[in-house]
Amino acid sequence: MHELAVCESILAQAVAIATAHQAGRVKRITLRIGPLAGVEPGLLSAAFPLVAAGTCCEAARLCIESVAVRVECQLCGAVSQVRPNRLLCGVCGTWRVALLSGDDMRLESLEVFGETSETEREIDHV
Amino acid sequence: MCEVCGCANSSGYVRVAGAILHTESGKQIEVMQAMLHDNDRQAEHNRAHFDAAGILVVNMMSSPGAGKTSLLEATIRALRGRLTIAVIEGDLETENDARRIRSAGAPAVQITTGNACHLDASMVHAALHTLVLREIDVLFIENVGNLVCPASFDLGQHCNVVLLSVTEGDDKPEKYPVMFRAADLLAITKLDLADAVGDFQTLRALRHFRQLANPAPMLELSARDGDGMAAWIGWLISERERCRPAKTKHAHE
Repeated sequence: MHELAVCESILAQAVAIATAHQAGRVKRITLRIGPLAGVEPGLLSAAFPLVAAGTCCEAARLCIESVAVRVECQLCGAVSQVRPNRLLCGVCGTWRVALLSGDDMRLESLEVFGETSETEREIDHV
Repeated sequence: MCEVCGCANSSGYVRVAGAILHTESGKQIEVMQAMLHDNDRQAEHNRAHFDAAGILVVNMMSSPGAGKTSLLEATIRALRGRLTIAVIEGDLETENDARRIRSAGAPAVQITTGNACHLDASMVHAALHTLVLREIDVLFIENVGNLVCPASFDLGQHCNVVLLSVTEGDDKPEKYPVMFRAADLLAITKLDLADAVGDFQTLRALRHFRQLANPAPMLELSARDGDGMAAWIGWLISERERCRPAKTKHAHE
């Protein structure tokens, strides 16, 4: 279950960005994950509170935008939406296609609120 | 700065100065950064080390027991006197595989990951600093046996070899698309057992593989009886040639 390692990476980025923006708390973390990223959104959502406990992200909501798998045919040019294990052109059936989307694995944005108060800074350091 | 090697190509975060949207309750910061940003940076750092030394680095991935170590043993023996090989071994526990590699005649570093299901770039970075990179032509990273997690972590390698043994079933590419999409070479292994298994069809495996839109070559081989080894060695040497200019250039400096 590498989702725990992925969560730790997301958390490290979110904490660093929130700190750089002098934000008190992170309210929402928006991710974009395609079926070919190799990351399971359900497991990520389950694991995130475990790694975020005690940080400025502990109350953050993880919003995961899903992305369809889309390919562009290199022979006929058609664009098709396909299953993750069948990347074939929907028109001519060839496997000679280029992936347009579906392997996305990106931290899109953070919603933060409040300036860090002195009290909160002290709490964060405990 | 890199704490191990002291070079300037350090890992760490580059903060993205994204657009900031102020909302009623706070502000929204656009980030648009890879979720594994830290690992990706470390992998680029590793790759810079490998390129500076002119080494070809091959990440070997498969399910446990597909024959990664056996193929490496046979490869070391086949390339003796032609190319210098070293291996970074990844397993949850034991030094067994590193011992096998050393017995075959190549230096090996064993990474034991504990309960971690994959290698990451920082583990490889720690391991690469225990090797004398200048003396190596090809470095293999034998990843933890697992058809899921290792596919998501860049280690700084130049290419991925994914092994599929005939005892596993020819529909593995259809079941594990993320891993098989990452392959730069698909190696069908344990060919000597194909008759005993009976129902593994190489063409069916290739069809499932192509359905992932992966144009990478496929080789069939047996590390035990040597079938297909010449083609595998040929592929390695041609991949190695692509890295040679970097090494030659450096030798002249």
